Amino acid sequence: MKEIYLDNSATTRVSRKAAEKAVEIMTQHYGNPSSLHSKGLEAQHDMEAAGDLVAASIGCTREEIFFTSGGTEANNTAVFGAAYALRRRGKRIVTTDIEHSSVREAMSRLEQEGFEIIRLPADINGRVSAEDIKKAITKDTILVSIMAVNNEVGSIQPISGVKRIIEAAASPAVFHADAVQGYLKMPLRPKKYGIDLMTLSGHKIHAPKGVGVLYKRRGVRIIPLHTGGLQQSGVRPGTEPLPLICAMGEAVREYGNTEERTEAVKAVSEYCRAKLKNTEGIEINSPEDALPYIINFSAVGIRSETILHYLADKGIYVSSGSACAKGQKSHVLRAMGLSDDRIDSAVRVSFSDENTEEDIDIFIKELENALRTLARKR
Amino acid sequence: MKEIILAKLGEIVLKGLNRKNFEDVLVKTIKRRLYRIGSFKVKCVQSTITVTPLSDDADIDEAADCISKIFGIAAYCRACVAEKDIEKIKTAACEYLADHFSRIGSFKVEAKRSDKKFPLKSPEIAREVGGCLADRFPEVAVDVHTPDAVVTVEIRDDAAYIHSEVFKGAGGIPVGTGGKAAILISGGIDSPVAGYMMAKRGVELTAVHFASPPYTSERAEEKVAELLKRVSLYSGRIRMYTVPFTKLQEEIRDKCHEEYFTIIMRRFMMRIAQEIAEQNECQALVTGESLGQVASQTIGAVACTDAVCSMPVFRPLIGMDKEEIIGISRKIDTFEVSIQPYEDCCTVFTPKHPRTRPVLSTVIDEENKIDYAPLIADALENLKVTDISA
Repeated sequence: MKEIYLDNSATTRVSRKAAEKAVEIMTQHYGNPSSLHSKGLEAQHDMEAAGDLVAASIGCTREEIFFTSGGTEANNTAVFGAAYALRRRGKRIVTTDIEHSSVREAMSRLEQEGFEIIRLPADINGRVSAEDIKKAITKDTILVSIMAVNNEVGSIQPISGVKRIIEAAASPAVFHADAVQGYLKMPLRPKKYGIDLMTLSGHKIHAPKGVGVLYKRRGVRIIPLHTGGLQQSGVRPGTEPLPLICAMGEAVREYGNTEERTEAVKAVSEYCRAKLKNTEGIEINSPEDALPYIINFSAVGIRSETILHYLADKGIYVSSGSACAKGQKSHVLRAMGLSDDRIDSAVRVSFSDENTEEDIDIFIKELENALRTLARKR
Repeated sequence: MKEIILAKLGEIVLKGLNRKNFEDVLVKTIKRRLYRIGSFKVKCVQSTITVTPLSDDADIDEAADCISKIFGIAAYCRACVAEKDIEKIKTAACEYLADHFSRIGSFKVEAKRSDKKFPLKSPEIAREVGGCLADRFPEVAVDVHTPDAVVTVEIRDDAAYIHSEVFKGAGGIPVGTGGKAAILISGGIDSPVAGYMMAKRGVELTAVHFASPPYTSERAEEKVAELLKRVSLYSGRIRMYTVPFTKLQEEIRDKCHEEYFTIIMRRFMMRIAQEIAEQNECQALVTGESLGQVASQTIGAVACTDAVCSMPVFRPLIGMDKEEIIGISRKIDTFEVSIQPYEDCCTVFTPKHPRTRPVLSTVIDEENKIDYAPLIADALENLKVTDISA
């Protein structure tokens, strides 16, 4: 049975080159980059090379790249770090209803600590409106955190205008964008978009799990989450996990050609979307102009988990767009105003350039079988 | 310093002529449960069980934790073993009790001399050891009326034992002395607690779990195995039968009226569980139902499900509130596992408005729309068996 992996927004297969790089670092260049001897210097150079690769991919300098343990830590560092650094200037923070839990939960905690959190709603297309952002940002706003691409439906958020709004409001706010789902999948230039803090993750781009990046524009001040040594300018103390960092650098080198790859994925994605549209009983939840890497749809009447297990049994791996009957319903789909039935039956497929049209044909065939044979919920 | 565990028997001391049987079962249980921890000697004398480590690698902390979960033991304590010489007893007491004495404000000493050849009499032993402890721990007062701790010095034939801190045991009666029953387990909070409570009354458990792939996941099944593993710390080994239940559920879904879905499903579960119970020489079924908790747990619904059973169905949680049940599940460490969110066989196809007062004749009419006998036979032929022990 051929394995068809359509859950690339959950995680990706590590590329062979990235894995080999990690092995090389672990077995040969195993020094501590902080050590003064030549073994340490060698490791430091490896780390700088990885930093350069990531920096080049988003058009910034190496000094603005801070490696973390992943997207969650980078998001936490950005949200808490900026809020605490600017707490004397105001208590107001603007974010959205559809953020990843590592931003959402950080915001909830700040709310308990007395910050005022403004959560902007999403429309039926899973997008917050530039108009709402404009209204929400006041001169005592200290932080704006809006994701670049939503992880459940792929909707692209209007982040490019945020900095101008902040400036127009004469606000001291720092602008953070969680770009985990958009990295290497769309043009992301923090300098061009006026992003002060930006989160990236390694394992969504064929690097191993356990490494991510916080881009911090030079001059932006944040309070670090951890205290310790002076590694990474103290923004993220702790001995750097070099095998993971260098593997991420390697993955960026390999997947850095965003445009070409995106075209390939776009073709597969459009093929899949067209097929889904023609399938009776399927309703597509992702907007037309979503990032092509993600398609969220509902097979109304069948629980997400049921479809997921049915497909998994055939070697096809997708993600349930919503937790099970006992779990919480997807906050994103809810924010988009979808009905409970549609939320309970949501499924997300997400692509990489390893997926082919043939994969999609098999997936659609099995999905049709599932719709035909699975008993529907009442 | 050599340390042993002394366990006091629970209510089995009240048994009459069967008492020896109960004690034997308990000693065997303790031996079996301690087997994976190391080599121990387990002996029962005068309703006290002595657990002595035989090898150096036998971990006494782990053994004590294990003993705390064995039913039939009302209380236990750890004791230090000393040579039968008053000076050595005093030295050992001062050293061994230092930790406990740092947490208490007052104490007294009691002595029991069963070896009458020991030169000092009991009150003299108490005075000697008490005086020594009072000198060594001046901040802990002597209080013969309401002390925080009673230090006991026992002079036995083989050695002297010193102990002070008594821990509550699991209570109940030894597993295996109460027969054997099959528990229906879904993966929720209630059924593991029901299993624990029956084990406490000496019942050995066999588990029956219903799986409905693809509506339920492998994780739901793994979750049940993990729950049973935790229950097995109390109940001993559990054999788990996983019943393929998809076809039956789909049939009910397709052919029966929606409001009767749950009740008919439960009747099928009971029939299958009873069959498995009989094959395993179980004499009863156990469920985690609590009256009125959900629509299928009303008196009327219970009556309709029990109508297919010829064995007794025990529902140890029937009169408990959810909060009480959660309290026990936290105590036995199953709560965190139970709340993992996976679909289970009870949540699949749940009707929006199930019948709370079903009429048996209507239920039977609805049920007869399905040719269920071959489906049940098919499910019973495809059981998956997993042996679970901690």
